[in-house]
Amino acid sequence: MREAAEAATAPSVLHAPAIRRISNRKLTALLTAVSALVLLAVVAAGAILAPDAAQTDFAQKNLAPSLAHPFGTDWMGRDMLMRTVAGLSLSILVGLLAAVASSLIALGLGTLAALGGRRADAVVTWLIDLMMGIPHIILLILISFALGKGFWGVTMGVALTHWPSLARVIRAEVLQCRTSGFVAAARQLGVPWWRIARSHLLPAVLPQFLVGLILMFPHAILHEAAITFLGFGLPPERPAIGIILSESMAYLSAGMWWLAVFPGLSLIAAVLLFDAVGSGVRRMVSPGSAQE
Amino acid sequence: MERGTQRTHQDHQSQEVHHHHSHAPHQAHPGGHHLLQVEGLTVSFRMYEDAPAGGLRAFLNAPQRTVDVVHDLSISVHAGEVVAVVGASGSGKTLLADSILGLFEPNALVTGTIWYNGERQTAEGLRALRGRGISFVPQSVACLDPLMRVGKQVRGFRHAGGRAEAEARARRQRELFARYGLGPEVERLYPFQLSGGMARRVLLCCALMDAPQLIIADEPTPGLNEELALQAVQDLRDFANGGGGVMLITHDVELALRVADRIAVFQDGTVVEETSVAAFASPEGLRHPFTRALWRALPEHGFAAPVEEGVHA
Amino acid sequence: MPRFIAGNLAKFALLMAATSFVVFFLVSASPVDPLSANVGQAALANLSDERRVALEAHWGAGVPFWERYGAWISGLAQGDLGTSLRFNAPVADVIAQRALNSCALMAIAWVASGVFGFVLGVAAGARRGSKLDRAVKAYCFILAASPTFWVALIMLIVFGVGLGWFPIGFSQPIGRAAADVTFLDALHHLALPAFTLSLVGVANIALHTREKTIDVMASPYVRFALARGESKLSVILHHGLRNLALPAITIQFAQVSEIFGGSVLVEQVFSYPGLGQAAVTAGIGGDAALLAGIALVSAVIVFGGNLTANVVYGLVDPQIRKGAHHA
Repeated sequence: MREAAEAATAPSVLHAPAIRRISNRKLTALLTAVSALVLLAVVAAGAILAPDAAQTDFAQKNLAPSLAHPFGTDWMGRDMLMRTVAGLSLSILVGLLAAVASSLIALGLGTLAALGGRRADAVVTWLIDLMMGIPHIILLILISFALGKGFWGVTMGVALTHWPSLARVIRAEVLQCRTSGFVAAARQLGVPWWRIARSHLLPAVLPQFLVGLILMFPHAILHEAAITFLGFGLPPERPAIGIILSESMAYLSAGMWWLAVFPGLSLIAAVLLFDAVGSGVRRMVSPGSAQE
Repeated sequence: MERGTQRTHQDHQSQEVHHHHSHAPHQAHPGGHHLLQVEGLTVSFRMYEDAPAGGLRAFLNAPQRTVDVVHDLSISVHAGEVVAVVGASGSGKTLLADSILGLFEPNALVTGTIWYNGERQTAEGLRALRGRGISFVPQSVACLDPLMRVGKQVRGFRHAGGRAEAEARARRQRELFARYGLGPEVERLYPFQLSGGMARRVLLCCALMDAPQLIIADEPTPGLNEELALQAVQDLRDFANGGGGVMLITHDVELALRVADRIAVFQDGTVVEETSVAAFASPEGLRHPFTRALWRALPEHGFAAPVEEGVHA
Repeated sequence: MPRFIAGNLAKFALLMAATSFVVFFLVSASPVDPLSANVGQAALANLSDERRVALEAHWGAGVPFWERYGAWISGLAQGDLGTSLRFNAPVADVIAQRALNSCALMAIAWVASGVFGFVLGVAAGARRGSKLDRAVKAYCFILAASPTFWVALIMLIVFGVGLGWFPIGFSQPIGRAAADVTFLDALHHLALPAFTLSLVGVANIALHTREKTIDVMASPYVRFALARGESKLSVILHHGLRNLALPAITIQFAQVSEIFGGSVLVEQVFSYPGLGQAAVTAGIGGDAALLAGIALVSAVIVFGGNLTANVVYGLVDPQIRKGAHHA
């Protein structure tokens, strides 16, 4: 009926966009910054709270969540909120370290594959196939086992297993840049390679590298937690999230659900925050995806 | 905006120029109205206006603006005629076809009025006309499902499911294939196995399956050699001679002049001039500079490239 | 066809050779001392010297790496994977016994997550931006951010401890001879781990299928089908599923590796006696032979998954089947 009313006056709207406003860049930037700040705050708070988190108080043990102890207390009367923050901080740091190491491997191998000629490319591709040939967790267990478990075991394990997908991205990016007319012209003009690398390659690869690095954090943190949970990662005296959850197993049948639920939810929140930072940065780095 | 409402049609045919166009002698307004009429069609998108180089601040503060890809476009098609919409490739002509078919990009704002058989259409109305009055002939074989045999696709999935109807459609498909020189073995082929000429006829058969009144053909000739391209537009001409209407969207003026009754010249998202083919006999009959540029670009007039200033991608 | 088989056999041989080397290198490099891990520090201190030497010889300490690798490989070629320290039985037997449990768990999770994820992905992608789409997306993102073992813990808390519907561990009732275990018992113990693993596996396939569905819905052939007056549902049924099945199958076969990884964690939480739990036990206990054996088996399974994906692709896609020339 609306059409009839309008018929004599203006042309009617045949179709309107489902979402009138397109993605807001300022909002994206703000959310990204806030997420990053929250993560930083957790890491800092965890480092400060670590001694308190280990404080036992047997008068307060096995308490369900309350106002005084929002996450409850464990069988030694330790406050689970403090333990969770300290554990999360530790897990994030280990994850960060491993992800940075892994992305450097990816950068090196990806560039080598793109610039090192046909043979280097084949070797890197085959290495990637080999890495993909064994399930991640099994490979992590193997590497961790080889390095005697503990901090280095899990860090190296995560670093050595997470590079293939980013290496592929960097290889493609460098290849595209190398074959572009700009670089070919610069080479013909005799511009030294390091100058080409600095002024053409780096600006093209760096954004992809950064985004890949940030988006690797969540995977690294999750795998660190998993491998620690299984007993191959950080030792019990370093209260990472994996340790907290692994210890909680023994108390679940006694009904102490809060020992597992809240630390796990906090870990998920941290991973989602990293995802938000990563995709926010990606949207700002490649605005093509934000036009939609 | 009284134009296009039913009341004005009484003196319609007596006017030499109406709705931006002039009539060729044999065109009809059955029932006193156009088969298809589009008035003031505008298709716009909102996007960021990015500076080519700028830091984070420039990026965050980039202004948003609305881009009209199609702007205030009007065109009409009569029963029994071929109207060619001619303009540069990639200038938004496809959006016109999509709008008539009620196919809208999710992020587009589409305004305007479209009449079919004298009835004003809503978006739902246009959707209901797909394959039930208006049929579409697309550009290439990419418009066929790559994993489905050709015969099954031409028959389509519109039948209500009755066995008799399915058989009737199969019969019709075979008749059409026979009429257009497609052997029975073509039914069993997959789209990637079709030659260019075969694919073009298969796509036409898809449209004719539904016995349409109006055919919208979007660039049906690229990739075909001259003989096949001419055959393709001749098939459309034959359809119009049988009483149907055809909107032929193309960038090929020469080909359009050979079969069309009227030419709508499309530039910068709108029809700048709608004129009869006869007016292309000499540049004096053409009013718009872009139309004259097109005329000069015709082979017999010396191939001066048309000036395409400001044509949007 | 013979070329396809020969090519894949060569690829398989090369991959297994490399994998076996890497695996053996890693387990040999481990400083985890099988003596102290298995006998225990206190017992080790009280051990007589002869006994210690005998045990060291048993575990091959002091023999050069290449010699041990050679011995292991030649044993491997004869189907001898060595002896498991923890289970005190041939590795091949331990694996065979547990593989059945693991395969049942993984097969169920693989099929269930594949089917459920595909349906969710198509439904979400076809109605992009709708409430359903947003719900599916949120579900998948949250699940992808959740540690598998934590999801398993929550399942255990809710359905095992809280509601008491399912047993808390082991693939059969404790204290009953294996022969007495009925099929239903086994199923009862399998249900919760399989459900957990399926739930987690859904995220990946659903998100991929959703992306693909959005691509397909914007493809020229779907637009043409719509332009011919087909309803959206008809388009999805006749053109969508046909074109979406292939990428989904490919992804799901590549997903075998993830499912295997997930099964390790899920088996550990539910004390489900499968390969994954054995791998963890072997790793903690310094049982190098068993760990290496399971790693090799996992590589074979992953390779099998990828190979199957290629074969299925060739069988289903007419462009490959009929030998199309890719331009």
